[in-house]
Amino acid sequence: MSYNMTNVLGILFANAHEESVPELSAKRTMASIPFGGRFRLVDFLLSGMSNSGMSKVGIITRSNYQSLLDHIGSARPWDLARTDGGLMLFAPYGRDGEAGLFRGKLEALYSCIGYIKKTGCEYAVLSDCDLVINPDFSHLVETHISSGADITAVCHTDDYTVEQTAKSSCFKVGENGRIETVSINRAMAGRRTMDLNIYVMKVSLLVSIVEDLVSLGKFSLSRDVMQGKVSELDIRAYEFSGFFRRICDLESYYDANMALLNHDNLAMLVKSQRPVYTKDRADAPAKYGFDCVVKNSLIANGCVIEGVVENSILFRGVKVGKGSVIKNAILMQDTVVGKNTSVANVITDKNVTIGDGLTISSAESCPLYIAKGRTL
Amino acid sequence: MYNKKECVAMLLAGGQGSRLYALTKKVAKPAVPYGGKYRIIDFPLSNCVNSGIDTVGVLTQYQPLVLNDYIGNGQAWNLDRIHGGVHILPPYQTASGAQWYEGTANAIYQNLSFIERYDPEYVVILSGDHIYKMDYSDMLSFHKEKGAECTIAVIDVPIHEASRFGIMFAHEDGSVYDFVEKPKEPKSTLASMGIYIFSYKTLKKYLIENEQDETATKDFGKNIIPALLENGEKVFAYRFSGYWKDVGTIDSLWDANMELLAANVDLDLYDTSWRIYSNNDTAAPHIIGKNAKIQSSMVTNGCYIDGEVESSVISGGVTIEEGALVQYSVLFPGTVVKKGAVVEYAIVGENSVIGENAHVGAAPETIEDKDAWGVAVVGQDITVSDGAKVAPKQIISESI
Repeated sequence: MSYNMTNVLGILFANAHEESVPELSAKRTMASIPFGGRFRLVDFLLSGMSNSGMSKVGIITRSNYQSLLDHIGSARPWDLARTDGGLMLFAPYGRDGEAGLFRGKLEALYSCIGYIKKTGCEYAVLSDCDLVINPDFSHLVETHISSGADITAVCHTDDYTVEQTAKSSCFKVGENGRIETVSINRAMAGRRTMDLNIYVMKVSLLVSIVEDLVSLGKFSLSRDVMQGKVSELDIRAYEFSGFFRRICDLESYYDANMALLNHDNLAMLVKSQRPVYTKDRADAPAKYGFDCVVKNSLIANGCVIEGVVENSILFRGVKVGKGSVIKNAILMQDTVVGKNTSVANVITDKNVTIGDGLTISSAESCPLYIAKGRTL
Repeated sequence: MYNKKECVAMLLAGGQGSRLYALTKKVAKPAVPYGGKYRIIDFPLSNCVNSGIDTVGVLTQYQPLVLNDYIGNGQAWNLDRIHGGVHILPPYQTASGAQWYEGTANAIYQNLSFIERYDPEYVVILSGDHIYKMDYSDMLSFHKEKGAECTIAVIDVPIHEASRFGIMFAHEDGSVYDFVEKPKEPKSTLASMGIYIFSYKTLKKYLIENEQDETATKDFGKNIIPALLENGEKVFAYRFSGYWKDVGTIDSLWDANMELLAANVDLDLYDTSWRIYSNNDTAAPHIIGKNAKIQSSMVTNGCYIDGEVESSVISGGVTIEEGALVQYSVLFPGTVVKKGAVVEYAIVGENSVIGENAHVGAAPETIEDKDAWGVAVVGQDITVSDGAKVAPKQIISESI
C-alpha cells in the first residue's frame, strides 16, 4: 500500500523551544537557526516533507520571523512553490485590540483553523523545528494508518541525561505500542522514550480537538492532548532509529554540528535520495591556500582558507587568514578571521569579524558564543 | 502578445566539442564542467542576466539531454520570467521537412520566428565555449554609439596564437575593414571572441540572403561577417581586456582550471557584484577527513576527502579515500579515487572510478621523453580498475 502523500498536510511550529537557545534565537526563530555549514533547522523538516511527497505545508510563527521569511522566500528550493497549496506562512495578526499572540500550540492551530480545513487534506503531520532529522514521512503516515491509532507520536528510546529529560516529554509505552502515560519535563536520568514532538493524526480529529479545547481555555498540545487525552485516545509510539539530534541548549547545538564530522552521520542525514534543500546563494567552491592545514572539518562553498582549521564547521563565505588557527569552532556565514589569530571552542554567529593577532578561546565543554555582526 | 525586448540573446550551444574527445562523448561542450561547480554555459548565461538581458534562446543539437536538464526552467540564473527568460531551441520539423542546424548562421535563421516574438532592436549572438565575465550592456552602448550594424567583441592575443582565431583588422575608431578566419600568417592580433551584436533588421536581411546562396556554408565567420564588410556595412570591433579563455581543447580546459588556483586569479569567482550562477547545488558542505592533506585547491559541496589533494579542482560529490593522492588535476562531479590511487596532471570525467593503487597521468619531471607528456583524460562513467595505469596524454573512453 502506498498512501497518496499529497493528502497529508504538514504543520511546523517555527518558534517552539527557542527559549532553550536564547543566544541563537535572539534575532531569529528556532526554525531559522543556521546549522551544518549551510542549512537552517527548518530545512530538515521541510525537505523531509517535500521528499515524502507532501505538497502543502504551513509554518506557524510567533515572533522574530524576519529571517524565516527571508529564508523561505517563495519556497521554491524545497519544491513547495505550488499553484495549489505549497508553503503557507502564518504570522500572528492582531485585530480589535487583540495582540494575536497565542499561548500554546492549540491556540496557534486555532488561529489558522480555516486554512487547515480548507486544504482538504485527510491527515496532518505536526512538528517542531528543533530537530536535525531526515525522516521518511510516508512511512510514518502509512504506519499510522495501518495501526488504526488516533495519534502516532515519533519518539526515540535511549539513555538520557537529567538536562535532556528536563526539557521534554517522555512516554511509557505498552506492549502493543500504545502510549500509556506521558511525563512532561520530569528531570530523570536513565533509559527513557523521548517524545520528538512529531505527531500524525487525521485532520478531522485535529480540528475537533483544537476547537473543543480552545473553547475550554486550554492551549497546550503536550499537556492537554498528549498527556490529558492519553487514556481517551489511542496514541501510539513510532520509534525513530535513524540519525537525529535535538537542539535543547547551546551545548547540544554545538555537539549536533560536530556530529556531522562523522561521515556516516552526515551520509545518514543528507541522503542522496533524500537531499536536504536550502536557499542557495551562488557561492564559488571553497578555496584552499598554499600553506593551509585542514583536518576533520566540514567546509561549505565560498570559504577561503589560508590558515589551520581542525575539528570545525565553516559555513558559507568564511575567510581564515594566514597564520590563524581555528580549532573546535563553528563559524557561521561570512565570519572573517584575520591573520595570526587563534580561535578555539567558539561559536561565531553570522558576519562576525575577528581581527589580526587575537586569541579567543573557551573551555572545551562550554563553547563561547559571539553574537551576529560583532567585530573583535 | 509578448512584451517587446530591446535586446535578445541567442546562445549557440549545439557544438560537439570534438577536441575534448572522451569528455564530450555524452554531453555537449557547453555542459562540460568547469571550476568545481560550474558548467561552461553558466558563464554566458550569468553574463546575460548580470547585463540585464532576460531573454535568451539556447540553440541545442548535439547530445542535449544533460544540457536541457541542467538549464531546466532557468531558475538558477533568474531566467524563469513571465516574459522572456531562457528557451531551449532544438532543430524542428516543418511542413516542408526537417532540417538539422547546418551552421551557426543557419541555426539563428531557423529561429527567426522566436526572435520576432520579442520584436527586438538588437540581437546578441553568443557561444557556449568560453570562460569569461563580460558586461554585454557596455558592448551594446558601444554598438549604439557607433551607429554600427554589427559589433564584434575582440581581444588581443599573442601573435603566435592568432592563427587559431578569426582575426579582425580595424581602424583606430574601431571600424573593421577586413576579417580573416584562422589565417596561416596572421598580420593582426585582434581575435574575434565569437560574440556579436547585430541590429536586428540587418541580421535578418543577411541571414535570409545567406540562406538563398546555395554555395554558402551558413556560418557567421565564413559568410555573414564577410558579406557585411563586402557591402560596406558599419562593422565595429569592441575591445575586451578581461579574462577570456577558449576551453575547447583538453589542454586549455586543464589550464583554465589550474588558473583558478593561482594566488592572484584573473577570473574572480568570489566577486559578489558579478556572480556566476549554477544549478544543482543541493549537497551538504564537504568533509575534510582526519587523514586528509589539502593545499592550493578548490573543493565543492558534497565531497568527502580523506586523501592528499594538491593544486587541484574538485567538483561536487567527489570521494578521495585515505592514502590516495590527487595533484594538478581536475575531477568532475561524482568521481571516486580509491585508496592508494594516484591521479596527477589529469582530467577525470563525471562519475568515473579510479581503482585502488591505480595511477592516472604523470608529472612532467618524471617523464624522460617530454614529447610523450600531456594531460591524461578519463572519460565519463568509466572504471579504471585496481592497479591499472593511464599514461600521460592518454584518453580513456572505455573502462580498463
